[in-house]
Amino acid sequence: MSARPNIDVSNLPTFAFGHRPLTWWCTWSLILIEGGMFVVIFATYFFLRTPVPDWPPGVAYPRPFWGTVNLVIILVSCLPNHWAKKAAESLDLRGVRVWLAVMIVFAFAATAVRFVEFGYLNCRWDQNAYGSIVWVSMGAHLLHLVTDVLDSIVLLALLIVGPVEGTRFTDASENALYWYFVVALWVPLYVIIYWVPRWM
Amino acid sequence: MAEEPLKRELANDEALAEEVADEHERRALEKTWGDEPGFWGWLASTNHKTVGKRFIYTAFGFFILAGILAVLMRVQLARPESTFLNPDLYNQIFTMHGTTMMFLFAVPVMEAVAVFILPLMLGARNIAFPRLNAFGYWVYLFGGIMLWVAFVMNVGPDAGWFAYVPLSGPEYGAGKRADFWAQMITFTEVSALVVATEIITTFFKLRAPGMSLNRVPIYCWSVLVMAFMVFFAMPTIAWASACLMMDRLIGTHFFNPAEGGDPLLWQHLFWFFGHPEVYIIFIPGTGFVSTILSTFSRRPIFGYTALVLSLVSTGFIGFGLWVHHMFATGLPRLGESFFTGATIMIAIPSGVQIFCWIATLWGGRPRFKSPMMFVLGFFFIFVIGGMTGVMQGAVPVDLQVHDTYFVVAHFHYVLIGGAVFPLFGAFHYWFPKVTGRMLGEKLGHLTFWVMFVGFNLTFFPMHILGLRGMPRRVYTYQPHLGWGDLNLLASAGGVLLTLGVLLFIVNALRSLRAGVLASDNPWGAATLEWATTSPPPAYNFLYPPTVDSRDTLWTQPADQPVVVGLRSDVREVLVTRTLDAEPDLKAEFPDSSIWPLLAALATTAMFIGTIFTPWAFPVGMVPIFATLTGWFWPKKRQAEERPPEEVKQKHGKRYYKLRGQES
Ligand SMILES: [Cu+2]
Repeated sequence: MSARPNIDVSNLPTFAFGHRPLTWWCTWSLILIEGGMFVVIFATYFFLRTPVPDWPPGVAYPRPFWGTVNLVIILVSCLPNHWAKKAAESLDLRGVRVWLAVMIVFAFAATAVRFVEFGYLNCRWDQNAYGSIVWVSMGAHLLHLVTDVLDSIVLLALLIVGPVEGTRFTDASENALYWYFVVALWVPLYVIIYWVPRWM
Repeated sequence: MAEEPLKRELANDEALAEEVADEHERRALEKTWGDEPGFWGWLASTNHKTVGKRFIYTAFGFFILAGILAVLMRVQLARPESTFLNPDLYNQIFTMHGTTMMFLFAVPVMEAVAVFILPLMLGARNIAFPRLNAFGYWVYLFGGIMLWVAFVMNVGPDAGWFAYVPLSGPEYGAGKRADFWAQMITFTEVSALVVATEIITTFFKLRAPGMSLNRVPIYCWSVLVMAFMVFFAMPTIAWASACLMMDRLIGTHFFNPAEGGDPLLWQHLFWFFGHPEVYIIFIPGTGFVSTILSTFSRRPIFGYTALVLSLVSTGFIGFGLWVHHMFATGLPRLGESFFTGATIMIAIPSGVQIFCWIATLWGGRPRFKSPMMFVLGFFFIFVIGGMTGVMQGAVPVDLQVHDTYFVVAHFHYVLIGGAVFPLFGAFHYWFPKVTGRMLGEKLGHLTFWVMFVGFNLTFFPMHILGLRGMPRRVYTYQPHLGWGDLNLLASAGGVLLTLGVLLFIVNALRSLRAGVLASDNPWGAATLEWATTSPPPAYNFLYPPTVDSRDTLWTQPADQPVVVGLRSDVREVLVTRTLDAEPDLKAEFPDSSIWPLLAALATTAMFIGTIFTPWAFPVGMVPIFATLTGWFWPKKRQAEERPPEEVKQKHGKRYYKLRGQES
């Protein structure tokens, strides 16, 4: 070893949770970018809404039943998500596997219900600008659901076939963080799609 | 063995023993961090210097291409009623010139320089998320190629670099021209966003121990602000271009007023991105200026805190100005007044920066080397550009000069003055670090003077042309309008400016072959990239450095500590704490890999496919997902080698039992 003055870092840990590992910064970058995108999508909705007296213009209100079902599914999914995150952070391999699997079931259900939802919007994307923004914003959220299902499945596969590494627990924790973000997107979007036309 | 007695003898001498240890470490690191040999290794590289150089060369290539288009336009406009270019080709050429310069040159080149310099300046071994970095480069390259292939095949966009609807919409923009433009946005936006993610993470987590936030070099702050601006500006243009493509492809009505859409929506979305875009380009430029000024004035930069704060506030204010591009659209008077105020306010942080720079010069002992000359040129040009900008912040002036050559003159003063001159300064400044050889100093000075005179000759007359009523984007004009002489002058200036760029290329090629070999720190600069060899080895630093001040190479003692204890058989890096940069974690970076290239190819296929059919989107997602899975799937052998110490501590035998049972 070198004789010059030095800082020996050989005993530092190789992974951690929260804002310490690089992964957290990547997740939050994604959240900021995608979150910014949804803010613009919402702004577009209200920009198109403002000059029009009747909203929705010339079509029926969207029917909120399946959207509400999805709201319930997505909100309840926070529980297994929370437990998966907790299990990851206490390095409980079996716990992560179980709760991540439950989480995937919920996310999958939300994705399936989303396809049903499109049938109850009572408009088409190519009918008018209202239809365009409703379909596209729902579709953008669907894309997030699908992405999350797929990468959760890959993560679960990695946790099962191993080899298990410390950073894999960080990944599981970050995956849960990202799902919270997908949940947080749906709440305002749900209100905008189903209730804003009735209230505003 | 004959080596044995030799080794014993060396071990007697402590200094020599250390050298042997260093050599050992050097070889191990070279093996671990170096790119694989051969073409395959070249494709798979994830080293930030390899990728950064590629990025810079590619961006410079697009600069040359867009410059050639500019020359063609100047030839066409040199005299009235010229028939050198036909109107349709002229439309494509000015659109391609602006689009290429803004999206394929200016933003990428600023990110490219950061990709190369930032990790070195912070004392890191590589940029954060190195595979993402390679991916970002490939996506950018393929997007640029796509646009230019389309142009060569006469499907180049022709509605201007901001592609206003309805001209670019389904009704007036026939064919696929506008689609290629919109999809080029998607490519460059993906690339810019991933690089911004890497920059932010590298800035906050991979700094050398001791480099607390108040010791980070100004240049790093400037690229941090740039990266955050990319975060908040790019999603808007991505959304806008997606809406445009959907209007054109699947019949949505976002911009169609007949069905409740609004063309002004496009202008809001575009300029909410477009104005910050200018700052994305010019803020790293100011970072070059601060760096070069400090080095060649031989003193720490004056007003560090004020400079950082003005960079950050420029970033914030930059998002509140977009409407000044829309004064001619008949917005409410109150809104216009607000945006006039905000536009003029941006002069405050810019002014603070300029005074800090003057004070640095004033209190220093300036050396007028070629990088410094470009910085001085920047002052002159940028101040003029800034002042005409403030002029146009006033609504009556704006309405008068809107869409005239005055605007063309203004933004070329801002962009070439604010970004290209500092960038050429940066090229001259870091050339020895990147290539290991010095650029010719005499030719460097000549380059500067030819570019400086050429630039002003080209663009100053355009102010007058604009005030005399010449509109931008016209392919020709009649002789009786009296614009001929000034246009001829501008074209002559264009020739000179082109000559200046050619001189730089000649200088660079000559120096690459036969330039003077550069020492580690030829300029006597203060930041960490000069603490390693020129060019730096694959692993950047033999022992990761620590710092004791902002200008660490000027102040640190000879026995400033280094970091030891990182593994040299895998790509292990030191992660430090966000605020005080104390050592926190050891993270293992992934190996070089071909997967980022494959993922970029899959992404390219999907993006180009969606120009023609919406089904390319769901279908194209499959190979993208497959390549991403390949990318993130760890190599089994390596993963097993990684000692999960913490996991062991937590679970003890149970962990291994668990693993034994199930894998
Ligand atoms: Cu602006």
